[in-house]
Amino acid sequence: MVESQYRFRDDEPVGDPAVTVDSFAEQSNASAVRIEPGDDARELLPYLEQLRLVEVNFPAFTDGRGYSAARVLREAGYTGELRAVGEVLVDQIAALRRCGFDSFAPDKPLDPADVDSAFARWPDVYQATTDGRVPIWSKRHG
Amino acid sequence: MYRYDQYDQAMVDTRVAEFRDQVERRLSGKLAEEHFRPLRLMNGLYLQLHAYMLRVAVPYGTLSGAQMHVLADIADKYDRGYGHFTTRQNIQYNWIKLEETPDLLADLAAVEMHAIQTSGNCIRNISSDQYAGAAADELIDPRPYAELLRQWSSFHPEFCTLPRKFKICVIASDTDRAAMKLHDIGIRIIRNDAGEIGAAFYVGGGMGRTPMIAPCIREFVPLDQLVTYSEACLRVYNRYGRRDNKYKARIKILVHELGAAEYTRQVEEEFAHLKTQGIEPPIAELERIKTYFADPAFDADASDAIDRSDALFARWVDRNTHPHKQKGYAIATISLKPVGGIPGDASAHQMHVMADLARDYSFDECRVTHAQNIVLAHVRKADLYALWQKLVAADLATANLDTIGDIIACPGLDYCSLANARSIPVAQKISRRFAESGKEDAIGELKLKISGCINACGHHHAGHIGILGVDRKGTENYQLLLGGCEGDDTSLGKITGPGFDEDGIVDAVEKATDVYLAQRQEGERFLDTYRRIGVDIFKEAIYG
Repeated sequence: MVESQYRFRDDEPVGDPAVTVDSFAEQSNASAVRIEPGDDARELLPYLEQLRLVEVNFPAFTDGRGYSAARVLREAGYTGELRAVGEVLVDQIAALRRCGFDSFAPDKPLDPADVDSAFARWPDVYQATTDGRVPIWSKRHG
Repeated sequence: MYRYDQYDQAMVDTRVAEFRDQVERRLSGKLAEEHFRPLRLMNGLYLQLHAYMLRVAVPYGTLSGAQMHVLADIADKYDRGYGHFTTRQNIQYNWIKLEETPDLLADLAAVEMHAIQTSGNCIRNISSDQYAGAAADELIDPRPYAELLRQWSSFHPEFCTLPRKFKICVIASDTDRAAMKLHDIGIRIIRNDAGEIGAAFYVGGGMGRTPMIAPCIREFVPLDQLVTYSEACLRVYNRYGRRDNKYKARIKILVHELGAAEYTRQVEEEFAHLKTQGIEPPIAELERIKTYFADPAFDADASDAIDRSDALFARWVDRNTHPHKQKGYAIATISLKPVGGIPGDASAHQMHVMADLARDYSFDECRVTHAQNIVLAHVRKADLYALWQKLVAADLATANLDTIGDIIACPGLDYCSLANARSIPVAQKISRRFAESGKEDAIGELKLKISGCINACGHHHAGHIGILGVDRKGTENYQLLLGGCEGDDTSLGKITGPGFDEDGIVDAVEKATDVYLAQRQEGERFLDTYRRIGVDIFKEAIYG
């Protein structure tokens, strides 16, 4: 169980420790699971109703598989907490949020001023994701 | 050509501000080099042997005169008065200071340019046919589709940390002038039997140390699903592309290891899902972009007559111009391969001249080609002589397009920290020898490409003659390849045998061309003769 430095949700954080995807398959009453880069997020899709916390681990910030894992879960309708853990850095945090992460637990705490400017930086976006932002092409064509 | 609206401008301006902030944090020590490195690479900034190198994006190779002027100004202000046009239709500067980079990017942003995603493990600048919108054999201008994908791929939140770099190319004619099948995704815009326009997707091509020709994974993607299908291709790659070995991380390895059929199955499954996600811009967006690529106001009465009484001019016309779709017009290529020069280099003065010529003779537009030349796409035939005279005055009238003097070469060990051998001196020696002996003209079309290491930035696999620089026990050594081709009949060159030193490789190239001159039949290019007679006769001449 890792503490989030940033959490954009109002519900109570889950107290249970997150289990691995493998052990989740064996004891599927858990409500918190952790995805490693090599795990297939699609294995969790049958259990989205019972899941309240999914941690996605970034052992190295350069390994981008977790971005796709997050979008796979959100696109499938997962509404619980999606927490980025590991080497989570200020220069990637805005893109992570666009992919559906709503909770961030970096190994090393981030400078709050830098985080604020990172989240406030982009006035618009070119792509549609599940984060609800209206892409530029949609604004152009009303 | 495409012009930014307030949204595009805000995106580029925001990136300048973000990068300025990142550089400041780096210089103050707050941001570690290992964390900064991918950020600067995503902005085209490499640390090379002597200084930083900055690569500026030229989307699908198209530039306005005003933009070319600014590229020249940047060469003077931030570099040593030169720029180097690249095989990805971009330009790079070799002597850049990190602390000046944000100001340089702001200068670019003022003319709707940037260096976004010109390096790093992300979707790179999208390349296209340098004759787009002008070629007589074109179905439709491919650049609106490239621009649609440029916007989709810029700052894509899911695909900023791919296993490896990712290159997309879009063409729309039967003749492939952009090496489309040697890209991670090659897209050919086509018309199907029902008369509808759509896109054929070729995925998993590439050069590098394991060259592969991309298989077609879908014959027809409707135009209102281009972004969605591309996203499906990328997601499968991002999830399953290898990350355990940098040299096996390109999508070509994934497609090869899974097999094209299995990769395609996974893409189709992802595509079916993504179609429900509303990620595709409306067709109205494509139509909006297309309006920027309407034909310029051609002179309908322009004459096809060319006064060929000046023999040097006539030679340049024969060698460096190409048929245009519009009566009375021609496509003119400015060779950046002067005899004995550095392939792709242009001085600030030359860039200013080319910018003025684009304004005066080609509707204020020019293109960078993947062969490292500059194209003026819409020149009235009646203006060709005046254009040529001005090119002569600026040392830009070399008449060697597609000949052995029109060499593609990477920067090599003179600049690049990855290189094993120098490329530029070899290119210079070959260029001089064949120009001075007159054999260049006798040989005609022969595409010679030189890479200074197996990463193949100089496209040696795709040269009719390819040269690969390697390190052999601490000395530079050059291997000879024959039979590569980047066009529709794409093929990969084969190594002939043991390598050579710098002078030896020049001799070997000459021996190979002598075999061609002795063996060729009527109308055959070097490549045709090679394909007909096979490698053995060449080997015998080179090593016998």
